[in-house]
Amino acid sequence: MGLFSYIVKRILFSIPVIIIISILCFGIIQLPPGDYADAYAAVSASTGGGSVSKEYIEQIRERYGLDQPFWIQYWRWVKGFPEGDFGIAMSLQGTPVTYILKERLPMTLFLNFSALIFALLIALPIGVYSATHQYSMLDYILTFIAFIGIAIPGFILAVFIITISIFWFDSTYIGRLYSNEFIGEVWNMDKIIDFLKHLPVPIIAIGIAQTSNTMRIMRGNMLDVLKQPFIQTARAKGLSEASVNWKHAARIAINPIISRIGVYLPEIIATEMLVSIVLNLNTIGPLFYDSLIAQDMYLAGTILLVISIILVLGNLIADIALALTDPRIRYELT
Amino acid sequence: MFIIRKKSQQNEEFLTLSEGQLMWRKFLKHRVAVISSVILIFLYTVVIFANFFAPYGMLTSYKFHTYAPPQITKINFFDKEGNFHIRPFIYRQVAARDPKTLRFVYKDDLKQKDYIYFFVRGEPYTMLGFINSDIHFFGVKEGSLFLLGTDIIGRDLLSRIIFGGRVSLSIGLIGVIILLIIGTIVGTISGYYGGWIDNFIQRIIEIIRTIPQVALWMALASIIPKEWPSIYVYLGIVIIFGLIGWAGLAREVRGKVLAIRRSDFIYAAEVSGASASRIIAKHIIPNVLSHIIVIATLSIPIMIIGEAALSFLGLGIKPPMTSWGLLLTQLREVQTLKHFPWLISPALFLIVSVLCYNFIGDALRDVNDPHSR
Repeated sequence: MGLFSYIVKRILFSIPVIIIISILCFGIIQLPPGDYADAYAAVSASTGGGSVSKEYIEQIRERYGLDQPFWIQYWRWVKGFPEGDFGIAMSLQGTPVTYILKERLPMTLFLNFSALIFALLIALPIGVYSATHQYSMLDYILTFIAFIGIAIPGFILAVFIITISIFWFDSTYIGRLYSNEFIGEVWNMDKIIDFLKHLPVPIIAIGIAQTSNTMRIMRGNMLDVLKQPFIQTARAKGLSEASVNWKHAARIAINPIISRIGVYLPEIIATEMLVSIVLNLNTIGPLFYDSLIAQDMYLAGTILLVISIILVLGNLIADIALALTDPRIRYELT
Repeated sequence: MFIIRKKSQQNEEFLTLSEGQLMWRKFLKHRVAVISSVILIFLYTVVIFANFFAPYGMLTSYKFHTYAPPQITKINFFDKEGNFHIRPFIYRQVAARDPKTLRFVYKDDLKQKDYIYFFVRGEPYTMLGFINSDIHFFGVKEGSLFLLGTDIIGRDLLSRIIFGGRVSLSIGLIGVIILLIIGTIVGTISGYYGGWIDNFIQRIIEIIRTIPQVALWMALASIIPKEWPSIYVYLGIVIIFGLIGWAGLAREVRGKVLAIRRSDFIYAAEVSGASASRIIAKHIIPNVLSHIIVIATLSIPIMIIGEAALSFLGLGIKPPMTSWGLLLTQLREVQTLKHFPWLISPALFLIVSVLCYNFIGDALRDVNDPHSR
């Protein structure tokens, strides 16, 4: 039961962390001078909506409790959490934040998760190949590509891909996650096919940096493992080269990568936010950006908190996965 | 010693080299990293003396040359009759309005040859606050020279890239200094004193690292008041990068300090009565310094990309200042890039500098690794 008590301990420990993060998130979002009412007035004036009357601004302030001190506002936000109430998005006509997140979060998680899987699926075999064919021509080429992949920021890559696809390919499936005619429609076969056609661009743009990174780490790990005596033993037993590489070496070399998933997650989430803003995807990235500009603190604060919680959970899952794949770690836990 | 000395001249030299010299030699073996250093030194030189190297001013606009295509591929040594000219030239770019779209269309006027001169007189400028001059590194005496094309209001893109490089390349350096100071101090205290201080600091670091960096950058960048002048915004962004980035470094420094703290020479220093501050300054910091430098080098490209991302989103540097990220903002309209593909060129500068820092950082890590000796 070592693993089980470990998981329970980890979850219990992460509760105070999440509470502190929630205070921090709310504090950071509250930091800018002025509040949503001011931002609303400024936007309304600049978009030709005419200047808003002082009374109306005060009304907004009173309705959302913006004139209250920090702790009271924080409490108003937090007290609804157990019931799944995260306040209301002032910038979106007072829609409940929960409702908006329900709409956006699954897609966000799906994109991030697919990008992670994509990165691992591409990177691990290439990493193993590069290590087993060290200093071959292809190894040099792949390593060089990996270096460039790390250096190109995801959002610029998104711009690149958009351009290339406009020049050379059918550009109907670039940007957004499904075509206009499917907005607001229920998921049916047509929509899913349309969605799948939109998927490759964001996933490549989000995953490419991590693909390159993983590839380099996997290559390094493999090289280390291949030097170990048990590999020599495996060869001496007369096992085929493929069996030695894949069954013996790769299984050990993959462990550091699993423990690194906790490091990948924040980077993938960050890239996803930027790429989504560029490609105008309906995930929480653009939403976060808009809510920051509008100083919509409940929405922005909740998004920041939700992303942080995803990270905490991601780290937890990575640790558990490592404990499951590496027997030595499971032993240490008991 | 005698035998070794006899064996070869090289070995003897090897034994007398200091640690620093050994590291330097190992660094020179990383050919790519050496090339990267040269490229970076070149970029920084150009950027520091931007007024001299840029053919035009940062804000000078030519209203009859809006969205002019790049001329870098049109530099000629042979004219259309096949005569060779020792001095490169370009045919003058002339604009005409497309009657349908009303957009400028550019053609080369094959009668007008504009020769490219080095150290040519152009716009007057004041460089670094005290050098008054009007000599530019290269340019044409008549006509115009837009090597990388122009933007929507006819400003030379190459000049803007050079001036923008000041922001893009300096933000990483200054940010890293802030990050180094905070990270080293916090990490050393945490590792040296241990106990509840260590525990407390580690929890803070964990919490900072739990909030995703880019989201935190965006949130903090949105704090900077929009009516602030560009230079304050710039400083604000630098401080944000420094304040967020230190957690990773502090954690690594702590680990190193913790390991060194238990070694014999620290006990020896303690026994001989050295104060804590002396031990930290004289014995611990020098031992973790090389490690710190590696992490610092690898943090600079992260900040360069971070600045580009923030400016790209409109949360970072704002006009009249410019940066590579801000120059890329024009591409947020998909159509822009299709019609004016040369506007992507700031991205190439961004990628090259990030790549160079990564190569150097990797080489430094290798040099610093005692196992590879």
